[in-house]
Amino acid sequence: MKLTKKDILGIKDLSVDEINLILDTAESFIEVSTREIKKVPTLRGKTVVNLFFEASTRTRTSFEIAGKRLSADTINISATTSSVVKGETLIDTARNLEAMNPDAIVIRHSAAGAPHMLARMVKQSIINAGDGAHEHPTQALLDMMTIREKKGKVSGLKVAIVGDIAHSRVARSNIYGLTKMGAHVIVAGPAMMIPKDVGRMGVAVHNSLEEAIKDVDIIMMLRIQLERQQQNIFPSLREYSRYFCLNRHNIKLAKEDVLVMHPGPINRGIEIAPDIADGPYSIILDQVTNGVAVRMALLYLLIGGQ
Amino acid sequence: MEQKKVVMDADGIDRSLTRIAYEILEKNKGTDELCLVGIRTGGVFLAERLKKKLTKIEGVDLPIGILDITLYRDDLRLTNKKPLFGKTDIPFSLDNKKVVLVDDVLFTGRTIRAAMDALIDFGRPKLIQLAVLIDRGHRELPIRADFVGKNLPSSLWESVVVKLMEKNGVDEVVIQDDNQSTEHT
Repeated sequence: MKLTKKDILGIKDLSVDEINLILDTAESFIEVSTREIKKVPTLRGKTVVNLFFEASTRTRTSFEIAGKRLSADTINISATTSSVVKGETLIDTARNLEAMNPDAIVIRHSAAGAPHMLARMVKQSIINAGDGAHEHPTQALLDMMTIREKKGKVSGLKVAIVGDIAHSRVARSNIYGLTKMGAHVIVAGPAMMIPKDVGRMGVAVHNSLEEAIKDVDIIMMLRIQLERQQQNIFPSLREYSRYFCLNRHNIKLAKEDVLVMHPGPINRGIEIAPDIADGPYSIILDQVTNGVAVRMALLYLLIGGQ
Repeated sequence: MEQKKVVMDADGIDRSLTRIAYEILEKNKGTDELCLVGIRTGGVFLAERLKKKLTKIEGVDLPIGILDITLYRDDLRLTNKKPLFGKTDIPFSLDNKKVVLVDDVLFTGRTIRAAMDALIDFGRPKLIQLAVLIDRGHRELPIRADFVGKNLPSSLWESVVVKLMEKNGVDEVVIQDDNQSTEHT
């Protein structure tokens, strides 16, 4: 079994076998990050460009660290300090980067489909690091890896995803991935934040947090993305947190050994209470650790070798 | 027609390992600072067996590690294969240790080169020694083993396969014509 794809654009295009291959490879990579000398020579001489048109701490740093631990040269370009501010189009930026012969381009863009367009245009491997409200495949892969690590499996688990489902690329990628891997996915959020046709993706829908998390194995809380909302989606953050904040009271509805996840950055006290985010149920920082391993696995599988 | 010859049986493998265990003790004058590191996958099982023998002889519990050398291979760049690899697990410091690297077959020496590079990324061993069950010749690098179970002169078109109870359900070393075999060495 090997990954024959040139690009990783979304979980929707990955088969169960491909997801398992990526997760197995990532598991083997965890050890490298625990060494005193956290570097292996595997991608020596390869170049990875991180092209970020949207703000990011975790994902960009994670990709940079992943590349560096594999001995690839990583270069970061953020929109605010690039020629994008001079009016260069995405296509021209990409063509110019291509001319400098990197091996992979990691892109985050506010427009859904931007990585897909790039993948068609340039010969390099493209990895989608988040495109608008569409997909965030590496986040879903690291989430599935963390679930598998903690629970020993994904199949058969009940997973609740709570928050602004409609605007969340993390939710979309996780719904594709988790349902493919055989989990039961439940989504919940205020009615305005639930896409009308989300039931067609094979998930159960609730409008209340309490109903959604009843007897679940995993709760995945989403950040309220103020940057992706038109005004008036909900009256106030205070009201939202009153109904949809995961706290020490409502978490008791879930299974006793429930695990709480969050893709970050967290808004403390809005979607998740601080004592839950920092508490024993939380595996939020394990997600971050596994993120590096997943990205190492993808770089290795995509550009290791010719 | 596949030509297959058993060149070592279960007893033969066991006796070789017993001898190697004594040789390791003799050469190192005991077990001070000694540790074993098996190369995935065959070397891991052999290292575990050596450890048991050393424990029986000397009554000490030696540290043992597992090394996967895939990320250090020199041919990754040249192929489009991205081999699946397992975890490396060396749960102790290698600084100032006498490391006995264990593998099943010594062939071109490239695996051992990769293994030494990997070990040195984990620390600064006092010395590295190499124990192999089979040395089949055809070295492409200036590498030799300190402890050898059996020297087995072979042709390049033959393959030498070490089968072990732990992964193949049988203990034997076979040499076969390489027409169908895909076993690595």
